[in-house]
This record gives sequence, C-alpha cells and structure tokens, in this order.
Amino acid sequence: MDAINSITNANAEAVLFYAFAGMAAISALLLVLSRNIVRTAVCLLFTLMGVAGLYFLLHAEFLAAVQLVVYAGGTLILIIFGVMLTSKSPFSKFEPKPGEVAIALVVGTVLFAALVLALHSFPFPAAEPNLEGKYPLLALGQALLGDYLIPFEIASVLLLVVMIGAAYLAKGRRHEAEDLKLGRTPASKTMRQWS
Amino acid sequence: MTSFSIPIAAEVPSFSLQQLLQDQLGLQRGPVLTLVYGVTLCAAIFLPAVSLVAMFSIWWERKVAGHMQARLGPNRVGPIGLLQSLADGAKLILKEDLIPTSADHFLYRLAPYLAFAPAFAVFLALPFGPSFCFEPMLNVGVFWILAMLSVEVMGVILAGWASNNKWSIYGAMREACQMVSYEIPLGISILVAIMAAGTLNMVELGHMQSGGIHTWLIYKNPFVFLSFFVFFVASLASNKRAPFDLPESESELVAGFHTEYSGLRFSFFFFAEYAAMFVVGGIQTALFLGGWNDPFGLIGYFNHSLNVTYAADPSVNNAIPLLLLNCVAAGIFVTKAMGIVFVQMWIRWTVPRPRIDQVLYACVKVLLPMSMILLLCGAVWQLIVPDHPGLPWVDGFNPWNFAAWAHDGLASLITQVVLTLVGLTGFGMVVGWVLYSAATGRGHKQRLTDPSPIDEGTENLVKA
Repeated sequence: MDAINSITNANAEAVLFYAFAGMAAISALLLVLSRNIVRTAVCLLFTLMGVAGLYFLLHAEFLAAVQLVVYAGGTLILIIFGVMLTSKSPFSKFEPKPGEVAIALVVGTVLFAALVLALHSFPFPAAEPNLEGKYPLLALGQALLGDYLIPFEIASVLLLVVMIGAAYLAKGRRHEAEDLKLGRTPASKTMRQWS
Repeated sequence: MTSFSIPIAAEVPSFSLQQLLQDQLGLQRGPVLTLVYGVTLCAAIFLPAVSLVAMFSIWWERKVAGHMQARLGPNRVGPIGLLQSLADGAKLILKEDLIPTSADHFLYRLAPYLAFAPAFAVFLALPFGPSFCFEPMLNVGVFWILAMLSVEVMGVILAGWASNNKWSIYGAMREACQMVSYEIPLGISILVAIMAAGTLNMVELGHMQSGGIHTWLIYKNPFVFLSFFVFFVASLASNKRAPFDLPESESELVAGFHTEYSGLRFSFFFFAEYAAMFVVGGIQTALFLGGWNDPFGLIGYFNHSLNVTYAADPSVNNAIPLLLLNCVAAGIFVTKAMGIVFVQMWIRWTVPRPRIDQVLYACVKVLLPMSMILLLCGAVWQLIVPDHPGLPWVDGFNPWNFAAWAHDGLASLITQVVLTLVGLTGFGMVVGWVLYSAATGRGHKQRLTDPSPIDEGTENLVKA
C-alpha cells in the first residue's frame, strides 16, 4: 500500500491527462487522414471523448456531459444519417484532386503555425479550479439565466430560425408542380396524410 | 434578482463506499487510489453485475413471453430453465465469427463494443444505496447517464452501416430517426423531475426521497407524476423496445441492424440492450420512484442516524451496520428497477408494432408538446407552491409528522398525499387484477399445452 501511496497525485493526474490528450490527438490525426466519411465520423467521436475526458480532469463535469450529449449523441448521428441518406455507393470516399491537396496543405500549415505561435505567446495563468461551494451547476444555471440571459436567448432564437428554415426546405415544394402534372398526390398532401 | 431556495440541505452526513474503505484500510486519499478503486470496481463488480443483469433479464423475458403466449419458455437447463442464458452464451462463444467480405471490417468490429461500453459506463452513476454509488460526487449524474445512452446509439448505427446490408442500413436509419426525436421528450421529462428536486446528483436525489412514499419525487407535484409516464414511453423508444423496436423489427427487416452479426458480437448487442433496459429502469427508480428507499422511510431514518454515529466514531463496529443497511438498500433499488424492466417486457409482448411514421408522429406531435407543457407547468408550480424546506430526517424534519409539515407548507403536503393515494390506488388495481387472475386461474385456462407435456405426459401420449 505504501507503494501506491508514494506515487504523488500530480503524477496520476499527468498520466490521465496524457492518456486522454493522446486519445484526442491520435484520433484527430486519423480523422484528417482517413478518406472514408463514416470512419472520419467515428474518429471524431473518439476525439470528442478524449476532450470530454480532459474536461472531467478539470472538474468541468457539466461541460464534459454536454460535449457527449450534443456532439457525440446529436451532431455525429446527424452526420452519419446524412451520409446514409445521400451516398450513392456503399462506402463513399473523399477523392481529392492534387490541386485540392496542395491548397489544403498550405492552409493547414499556416493555421497550425498560427496556432502554435498564439499558444506560445499567450501567458496561461495557473488557474485554480473555481468550485464555488458544492454546487457549481447552480452557479452555472444562474449565470446562464441571469447575467448572460440575452446571449442565451439570442442563441436559441437563432436555432429556431435554422429549424424553421430546415422544415421549409424539407417540405419539398419544388416537386409539387411536377407531381400534379403526372397525376400523383403532391408531396405536401402526403405529408399531411402521414401527420 | 430573487433567489429561490433550492431544497437541498447544505451538509448531509453520508459516507461513500470509497471513503469507508479508505478509512478502514488506512489509505491515503487521492487520484491514484481513485484509479485503483475504479479499476477494481470495474473488474470485480461492474462486469459481473452487467452480465448477470443481462443474463437474468434475457431468461426472464423468455419466461414472460412464454407465459403470455401460453407456452412454457425455457425449462430444460437448470431449475426452471435459469441456466438457459449461460448455455446460450456458451453456444454463442463457440460459433464461428463471420464478417461479410463487403463489410467495412474495422467499423464492423468496433460497433458491438461501442454499443456495449456505454451501457457499462452508466453503472458508474446509478445509486444502489446511500453509500453504494460508485461516483457519489458526480454532480451531473443524470446528465452523464443521458450522454452515455446517446453514445450507445452510435454503436447501433455503425453496426447497420458497416454491415453493408440493406436490412441493416434500414434498421440503422430507423434507429437514428427514432433516437434523435425521442431524446428530446426523454430529456425534458427528466428536467421536470430535476426541477422539482433541484439537483442532478443521483445520491442527493435519493436522500431527498428518503422520507417515505409521499416524499418520492413522482408525488412531488402533478406534473412530475405525468412526466414519469412520458419518460417511460420515451425510454421504450430510446431502448428500441417494442412497440418501438423498429430498428430490428424481425417481421420486415430480418433482424435489422444486427442481421449480419453472429456469435459473440451478436451477444454484445443483446447484452447492451438488456443492460440499457435495467439502466433506464434504474433512472426511473432513482428519479421518480424513491431510489433505494422503502415506502416507510426506514432506510433514510436509519441511514441518517448510522451516519451520525459513524461521523462521531469512525470504527469498524460502526461501519458494518452502515454497509449492511446499504446492502438492503441495494436490494430495494434492484427490485424496483427490475419491476420497471418487467413492465417493459409486459408491454413488449402485448402491444403491436407501429409503422415508422406513426412512431415519429407519436413523438413529435404527442409526446413533445406534452413534455413541453409539463415543463412549463412544473416551472410555474415551483414558483407558486412553496416546498417543505430541508431533507427528510435531517435537522429535525420528520416527514411523517403531518401537523408540523402542514404548518410549514400545507399546499405541498396536500398535493403529495393526494398524489400518493392516486398512485397507490392505480398500482393496487393493477396488482389486484394480476392476483385475481392468478387466483381464479385465468392464466391457466387458456394454456394450449399441459404445464409439462414431456415429463409427465409421455405415458398418456403413448396410450392415445
């Protein structure tokens, strides 16, 4: 038991940090290099999980759970769903032209250099975990619906606009005239029958 | 800005299992120990528990199905067929592991683990007892469970996609449709209960409901009561249980997303499904049905007094009764969760399967508006009707002393007692009907075969 106790807590945290960070970094690299769309989505899932693990290490449990619910449970499923609906061949692949590869390389290198420079020049203060009392969630909720109420509401209005737009586009009005010409039930009518 | 009182007492003396072990074994607290503790727990408790739950539920489901269809169900392996799942498991391990040549091999192999691992991770946050929650400080316990359940869907969708089979892809697409839409009423109905409780921590939820059946969250206000049913329906859909089992509807899609899977990989999907059923039952128990507490509040009462004694004198003699109490509490929790699992099975073998558009209609046009209205009304209720402050049994709050409660908040007392009576009446009617039909032999009159045709009926068969 002394052997276990002698390993310092800082070391243990470092090990966990490198495990999660490594998972995020490696799967992010695979994400960029993979050509299969669904595989990139899976790599993204592991990247997100690694980042969620880092959030857990920082005691930001809420952020970690939100990350998993919104990105892993929502966005990723929608990506794969979109691929399933639209792809013509079973395993569609990205096939970039040489010119595209060159442009991507240049843009990627510039972005990477800028990020490295920015991270090096920014002095990160050693922050203490800000755990006000036992319920950091309470503070978060009060901040969202108190101090930051207007940005919060604007974000939700934006989402509503997007949803209405998507519903409008999905109604398939374009085909209606064609349907009528061919003597079929228009798409809007069938939608109404279903609903 | 007005600040609302959150119904949580600041300090609840409650020792976690980890703390108890550390105190008794003399270990230094810290991440290293937490890591060792976590790994040990996974290997020693989670894996056997998940497997046992899944194996038992599979056997039970087949028994329930047999009873409802006037059959016997598994009855050859072991007493009343209890070891049938073990035999099936052995068979599945010995089967050849086939991967279709045109499948995406990497994703095909990955998918079963992606479906199974989250169901496993969820057990981290389930509160089996006041000290038997493996991560009691997880402030976002409920949210963590939701996150894991939504990651599980990825496994199913990938399985369907990677199989490169039309039936599988149809199954996967239905799963995606269903999950994305039913997640919303699921989350909102949880929110109604969370609003009444004021915490996302599963252990605190348990402490809040420790004062007897009338303090259970489902009876907190009428909207939580209704949101329990919304949650139940949505949870059926998110677990792809019948009537929402369209992702694997065997009558049209062969076996849906797992058509191509065989052997052990196939059994992973099965395990994940049954573990998820138990988990969903566990959430309903912890959130609505009082968690580990008995209907009389005895567990809460004794837990509080034992914790106070232990805090004063942390010796082995005081730790053992606390652990025993926790074992009883875990028994109650598992019984309640299994009760919910039973209702899920009951519905599966009773209700026919709707079409996918009907499933989505039920979500978007019925459940979603309903849960929104419940959320709104629940919020208004929180503002109007003051809650009784404090936790049961802490700081002299005796939940069975109705006179004192009426003095502090008459409206909340009346609501909770009336709702409790409504709930108990409903439950009593169902149980009474089942007992009546069992006593009058309704179940046996309709049986097509003799109870045990092979063992006892052979001589008669020969004579005939």
